[in-house]
Amino acid sequence: MKAPAFTYHAPRTVAEAVSLLGRLDNARVLAGGQSLMPMLNLRIAAPDHLIDLGRVAGLTGIEDRGSVIAIGAMTTQRTLERSELVRNNIPLLAHAVDHVGHQQTRNRGTLGGSICHLDPSAELPVAAAALDAVLTVEGSTGRRRIPFTEFPAGYLTNALAPDEILVEIEFRKAGPRGGAAFMEFNRRPADFAVVSVAIEVCLGSRDHIERVAIAVGGIAFAPVRMTEIEAALAGRPFAAATLAEALGSFDSIDVDGDDIYPSDFRRELCGVLTERALKAAIQSAGGHA
Amino acid sequence: MSDLKTIRLVVNGREVERTVESRVHLADFLRKDLALTGTHLGCEHGVCGACTILVDGMSVRSCLMLAVQADGRRVETIEGVAPSEETLHPIQSALSRHHGLQCGFCTPGVVMTLLELQRESEGRPLDEHKIRAALSGNLCRCTGYQGIVDAALDLFGAETRPLAR
Repeated sequence: MKAPAFTYHAPRTVAEAVSLLGRLDNARVLAGGQSLMPMLNLRIAAPDHLIDLGRVAGLTGIEDRGSVIAIGAMTTQRTLERSELVRNNIPLLAHAVDHVGHQQTRNRGTLGGSICHLDPSAELPVAAAALDAVLTVEGSTGRRRIPFTEFPAGYLTNALAPDEILVEIEFRKAGPRGGAAFMEFNRRPADFAVVSVAIEVCLGSRDHIERVAIAVGGIAFAPVRMTEIEAALAGRPFAAATLAEALGSFDSIDVDGDDIYPSDFRRELCGVLTERALKAAIQSAGGHA
Repeated sequence: MSDLKTIRLVVNGREVERTVESRVHLADFLRKDLALTGTHLGCEHGVCGACTILVDGMSVRSCLMLAVQADGRRVETIEGVAPSEETLHPIQSALSRHHGLQCGFCTPGVVMTLLELQRESEGRPLDEHKIRAALSGNLCRCTGYQGIVDAALDLFGAETRPLAR
């Protein structure tokens, strides 16, 4: 099908985009268009105004800021995929991007678009959850910073005010003894994930797990941090028994399901993928698992 | 009601200027306004890859990009690929040789994806995994993909590929 009629706006600055959002009713922001355009074509979305960020200056780029890497919201997934800065400093994000769509969609799809759209099966929000990404947003009252964990507000809904746009996403760099893995289950590579797991681990001097961050996608409207499992593993050496005990937490959490992939099946995937990803992450940090 | 915009872009080396409705996607603009019907539309929601074209050298789904977004850009479609009316591009010849098409509906998208792959590889040989990953965004319902992969391996692979019998 074809998109319904709308008025198209192509602002050149963030301030202009924010002002348009503030004064127009029923406006939607267009980033890379790899989710919103299908929604328009399928008439799931019918905005009166479309505000395209494609020509706004200053929203792309990957910058090394010492302990963090800052990425412009309109940076394409293809740019992330090819960035040495990303692969060397935020390996988990690089692994996650490897699972995102096809090269034809990664050429247009953006990091910020994926973060704001918050598709429950999307990979980049899961990586952002595990990495404690910090979002910088700008609106009519200026800029503010939002930790990713506070960003999802409901199904396909984020915490942006009506006149705010996402400007930049900050990720902490992996430490020298850091390791990462991203694993997902789907029927074919590049399909939407049924369940995905993002893990970042930091090993200590005795090769034990000093700190681990585990985020799971596909089981709720937004990625879920598995804080109980993280706490059960932290400070201890990797051992099959410890892991098996920690994974028991999955038995008591709520897992959304559907007719094709019911919640019991997804719960099973959570355990399997977490175990595999944790081992891979530890190995990538030079540890034994 | 309709929101009209005037756009200027380069399509297959030729500069064009048209006034379009802003809701029109690039594939429909190419097919209807410019009569370049080689770009095919399958699903119209970014899944099948039949409408793949190059914008500023990068493969994109032209059903997921508005014509107004192509203002000032350089667009390449299947019509601009062959060097002349009589000569096929090497990618097209290889697809023909290896039976990489049957009905041909997906072929323009496949060719544009392989064209991007060829340029990005800059002559370095590609393995089958890379080729299959690149082609994973183009659905083909006739060939079972093996002929398409064989054609790509013939062109970009480290070893030459024998013709399927």
